[in-house]
Amino acid sequence: MTETPLSRAAQATPPGVARKIRGLSDRAIAWIFVGPTIFLLLAINIFPLIWTIRLSFTDFKANRAGREIKNVGLRNYERILTDSDIWLNMQATAHFLFWTIFFQVLIGFALAYLINKKFRGNDLWTTIIVLPMMLSPAVVGNFWKFLYQPQIGLFNYIVAFFTGKDPSSFEMLGSVDLAPWSIVIVDTWMWTPFVMLICLAGLRSIPDYIYEAAEIDRASKLRQFFTITIPMVLPFLMLAVLFRGIENFKMFDLVVQLTGGGPGSTTELTSINLKREAFEKWRTGYASAYAIILFVTVFGLASIYVKALNKVKER
Amino acid sequence: MTYSKLTTVSALSLVAAGFGASAQADDLTLCWAAWDPANALVELSKEFEAQSGHTMSFEFIPWPNFADRMLNELNSGGKLCDLLIGDSQWIGGGAENGHYVKLNDFFDSAGISMDDFADATVYAYSTWPKGTPNYYALPAMGDANGWFYRKDWFGRDDIKAAFKEATGRDLAEPKSQKELLEIAQFFQGREIDGQTVYGAAIFTERGSEGITMGVTGALYPWGFKYENTPGSYDMEGAVNSPEAVEALEFYKKFYQTATPPGYTNSYMGESLDAFKSGQVAMAMNWFAFFPGLYADPDTGGEKIDFFVNPPQNQEGSTLGGQGISVVAYSDKQDAALEYIKWFADPAVQQKWWDLGGYSAHKAVLESPDFPASAPFAGDFLEAMGAVQDFWQEPAYAELLIAMQKRMHDYIVADQGTAKEALDKLIEDWTEVFEDEGKL
Repeated sequence: MTETPLSRAAQATPPGVARKIRGLSDRAIAWIFVGPTIFLLLAINIFPLIWTIRLSFTDFKANRAGREIKNVGLRNYERILTDSDIWLNMQATAHFLFWTIFFQVLIGFALAYLINKKFRGNDLWTTIIVLPMMLSPAVVGNFWKFLYQPQIGLFNYIVAFFTGKDPSSFEMLGSVDLAPWSIVIVDTWMWTPFVMLICLAGLRSIPDYIYEAAEIDRASKLRQFFTITIPMVLPFLMLAVLFRGIENFKMFDLVVQLTGGGPGSTTELTSINLKREAFEKWRTGYASAYAIILFVTVFGLASIYVKALNKVKER
Repeated sequence: MTYSKLTTVSALSLVAAGFGASAQADDLTLCWAAWDPANALVELSKEFEAQSGHTMSFEFIPWPNFADRMLNELNSGGKLCDLLIGDSQWIGGGAENGHYVKLNDFFDSAGISMDDFADATVYAYSTWPKGTPNYYALPAMGDANGWFYRKDWFGRDDIKAAFKEATGRDLAEPKSQKELLEIAQFFQGREIDGQTVYGAAIFTERGSEGITMGVTGALYPWGFKYENTPGSYDMEGAVNSPEAVEALEFYKKFYQTATPPGYTNSYMGESLDAFKSGQVAMAMNWFAFFPGLYADPDTGGEKIDFFVNPPQNQEGSTLGGQGISVVAYSDKQDAALEYIKWFADPAVQQKWWDLGGYSAHKAVLESPDFPASAPFAGDFLEAMGAVQDFWQEPAYAELLIAMQKRMHDYIVADQGTAKEALDKLIEDWTEVFEDEGKL
């Protein structure tokens, strides 16, 4: 009989343990392996979620341990959903989410398409392009803060060079109109390479023979692009959109570094607002309700999106 | 050995043993913000180490994270700090939530009298409920928001002549808030030695407390009040009074017409940078920074002078500064109290002032030499005579964050009117006090 790794493992098992395992059903053995994971999942995901739901119906404040906790029913939810300031935060988040994904998909796909063409220095350019996403968001935030500085910032000088405007005549981070775009620009700069890499994986997964067949059928390049490239890359693109969407919905560090949520509350995304409620104002009950609303929103949207993604894959 | 000798020897042995026990050396950790006075305190504390045998460690947190970091530490019952020099606004929470040790009995036993400290500082830094003889801190660092300016520019003939021509009056330290704005507007965008300079650096920071500390520098001189009747939380007509509206509009005008470009999220550090880089003619900041500014080789010395926050309808300065408290979760409270006893000594307080700290001890402040001891000493005394502080309630953080938002929305983001901003602020604060069961 030839010795396999499996038989070696069986021989190495102490007889006592082997006897015990031999007496267990497959299902029991499966539970032994899966049990610790399920326990950890319950302890660090499900239990906090249930606890948060419970707290969301109270006026609990984590910084007042001795304070009497009152049950307030649905009051926290009602206050959040009728608070016009929170709806403004939602709008700011939606603006950020939509435009970052739009630009990242557009530019990321274009870059992937270019990089996919074989040319000299291809690998070097790929490395250079992916550099921004390797940086820490805090570093990127500080770095762009300087670039946006109206008096010494390079960004303002470049814009001034092309438009003839005075560099200090506009403030990317200080203007209500420009600040939402300034955070979109930085996030796009940082995360477009991620979308590019996913698109590149999609493009490289398309077998060459499909294009060869299309060539034989005399399909134009444009036709090949729309009938082969786009449909076959679409599941990858949708995956990139899902990842970036979830990431940007909870965007915090980059925007805090850049604008701190300002000017006023113009760039105060929901995650920043939630952090203020939970860990600066210490309205734990209220913040729990806020977190549950956000969780349901993201979970609901992601579920619908994943269903759509599966349908696209099945085609 | 006779009986009496035996008794004496035994007593001495007991005293020696007792002394040995009390002299057990501890390593005390003092927490404060990371800024110039903290360095002075490190220097000063070496004397305590030599005298007591205890060693001192320091945990200095940068200002933007100071409140967050320290309040989290207290709320979690952390043992990091034995002594905390906490902001005046934390006193309510510190006392009611049991974070600070009540010091009354200790003060009595150690012979420390609060009458020896400036009244305004005792009221603001030590007492809770406000004004009652319940002490949770010893006034450690008197401070207020003041102003400094380029004395060399103010003294130049060409600039003086241009100012006279533009305004019809002589260029000098402002005597009112409106004069302050006029001077700032005069300097805004002016060419001085080939460089474009700007009016003044004011506080506009959104994240922690910056814009609130800045805007109250205008609100208080206009006569702003938090309540119609102290302790009643009746804010309607006080917070949004016509004077408050006018002051708020004034601060916004100041921001829009007399500050450097991009000055949308600026606090202490940005103010110092703007001044030291020769960008602005004037700047607001805490008196705590003034010794360092005066010592600056480029913009200090003969090039700088200081003035108290100018009055408008009345005198008024925003209170800064802190008291030193013993943290209730510390295992080394005895040694921490020893430090406070040592720190309260008038000789140590004098040395504290000499090193760059702002003593609140009357022995220092009322000394005839004090006003001439530094170019800003007289202004400091004047400022401390008319200081006002933000709410010091246990819910101070919620009250502050609400004000930060409403002020930044109106002043920097240019949303709504001053009256609307103050009305919304009352709504926010009312909600907080309702949650607190005070309304």
